[in-house]
Amino acid sequence: MQGIIAEIVAKYNYWIYVVLMMIGFYAMIGKRNLVKKLIGLNIFQTAIILFYVSTGVKRGGGIPIVDKHAALTHGIDPATVVNPLPHVLMLTAIVVGVSVTGVALAVLLRVYREYGTLEEDEILEKIGK
Amino acid sequence: MTTSNLHIYILAAPLLGAFAVNLLGRLSRRWVAPLTLGVLGYATIAALVVLARVLRDGTISYTVGNWRPPFGIELVIDPLGALMLLLISAVALTATFSSLTSIERELPGREHLFFTMYLLLIAGLTGLALTGDAFNLYVLLEITSITTYGLIAMGRGRAPLASFNYIIMGSIGACFYLLGVGYLYLLTGTLNMADIARILQGLQETAALATAFAFILVGLWIKMAFFPLHSWLPTAYTQAPSGASVMIAPLMTKVTVFLMIRVIFSIFTPTYAFFHHPGVQAGIVWAAALAIVCASALALAQRDLKRMLTYIIVAEVGYMVGGVWLANTQGMTGAILHIVNDALMTLCLFLAAAAIIYRTGSLGFDSLQGLYRRMPITMAAFTVGAFSMIGIPPTAGFFSKWYLLLGGIEASQWGYVAALVFSSLVNAVLFFRIIEIAYFRTGEAGHGHGHAVVRVEEAPLMMLAPLVLAALALIAVGFGSGPLVNGVIRLAIPGGF
Repeated sequence: MQGIIAEIVAKYNYWIYVVLMMIGFYAMIGKRNLVKKLIGLNIFQTAIILFYVSTGVKRGGGIPIVDKHAALTHGIDPATVVNPLPHVLMLTAIVVGVSVTGVALAVLLRVYREYGTLEEDEILEKIGK
Repeated sequence: MTTSNLHIYILAAPLLGAFAVNLLGRLSRRWVAPLTLGVLGYATIAALVVLARVLRDGTISYTVGNWRPPFGIELVIDPLGALMLLLISAVALTATFSSLTSIERELPGREHLFFTMYLLLIAGLTGLALTGDAFNLYVLLEITSITTYGLIAMGRGRAPLASFNYIIMGSIGACFYLLGVGYLYLLTGTLNMADIARILQGLQETAALATAFAFILVGLWIKMAFFPLHSWLPTAYTQAPSGASVMIAPLMTKVTVFLMIRVIFSIFTPTYAFFHHPGVQAGIVWAAALAIVCASALALAQRDLKRMLTYIIVAEVGYMVGGVWLANTQGMTGAILHIVNDALMTLCLFLAAAAIIYRTGSLGFDSLQGLYRRMPITMAAFTVGAFSMIGIPPTAGFFSKWYLLLGGIEASQWGYVAALVFSSLVNAVLFFRIIEIAYFRTGEAGHGHGHAVVRVEEAPLMMLAPLVLAALALIAVGFGSGPLVNGVIRLAIPGGF
């Protein structure tokens, strides 16, 4: 028991992402309202984005903008700057996430015009008729 | 324009073409057809040249913007990638003729918007065949998916709802893939596929590596609609405008199967994927067998031609996944040959479906009555596609199925072999049922003017020509299977096999 708690405390950030991801997953699978499903999808994506970002972080690391001359003459101590690559990757992933959300909202608009509701049960009822 | 950068133009042509179609299409709809066809015609010819060059000189590596590979994004064109390039551009070009005609009727006034997304989708698919960077692959995967969501949502009735379900499922798949790449990045510190493979060789096998592999694999399975994860596909492809489904149905799932092969061979090694955990390998082949049987059984239950075809696509995905995971040369040859053949078969059948729906307005089995008299050429081509799906020689479908069967026997995977045979029988039942309805039952109720007069109402030439071409291609590829396998696919099977 002690070991498990120590494990969770030592890597608490990753546990938070797992929890976030499961919340998003639950919303996508369990909720019957289409907008709530979409929000679940966003939570799911955000969990992965946070996961990536935190992999680049170092304790005591600064922003990765360094003086060119100092870097060329003395080199850089990697411990003093955070790894910028995961952040850059996640900028792209955020763009992808926003695009998906935008398309999904546009599609939901069409669903609403077609059926007059965004509750999945009511839509299925209308289709069944 | 130098020809040494030809492969990047294959990617750039549809991308720039999409902008041109959108801008000029606003001025006049007449621009849409020549621009789309011109761009795709150019891409097809260029892909042919690139394939010839790759077969002659070996794999081409191209660094975009002159950033060297481990840091910049690398495009890698190996024989398999070049084959996929040609397949994508040729199938897209053929499908475009038909979709230009059907979209003119289904989405009047919005052709330029439709073909903007259509070309972006092709640019994304082309990029997937080219890229050598794991994260870049995620972005391109999402480009193809987002454009597909949009194209499907342009259909009528239930299409937006089907598209929304696809958005949720597709995004989960993409997120899983992204998470897997994240684990790989943590392990290796790089995103270039070749670089990851190089560093992984020196690493111990850890649970993190297995997790990365599992996430990537499941993510791709969702995207390719591997059986238990297939629920989004049938409705989405059925409800899509027929101009969109003629291109999406042949290409999307097949390109994702190609990506699975790419991940197994370029990032991980076949030794790791197939032989370190024999239980997993055998389990996946059994899952593929189950996928084939269940999807075929579900296809039997459908009363709509297009919907039936979508379930057959799901079964075919099982063929290919199983073939890859048989982990021997025959199975892999069969899987790659089946990627080519299945793309052509699906193209042929969906083109026929688009032509039928253009004339009759419905694809319910009842409305197919007497179609052999009304649309003889369409139905002849449909029959060729159906025979290929069943696997009757000399059509192409027979040969890839033959390789898959040989692979299954060699690996002693009897469940998979039985599933293949069962699926062929089910396909025979499915298609002969349709042939029976369309040939022997004359829909006297359907015509208002007397029982003796049967007017021939063929689809317009723009829809008929690509359909006949696809049917001829099926027979040509069938007869050319030997050279195709020996000349291209044996080279395309990555090393270590």
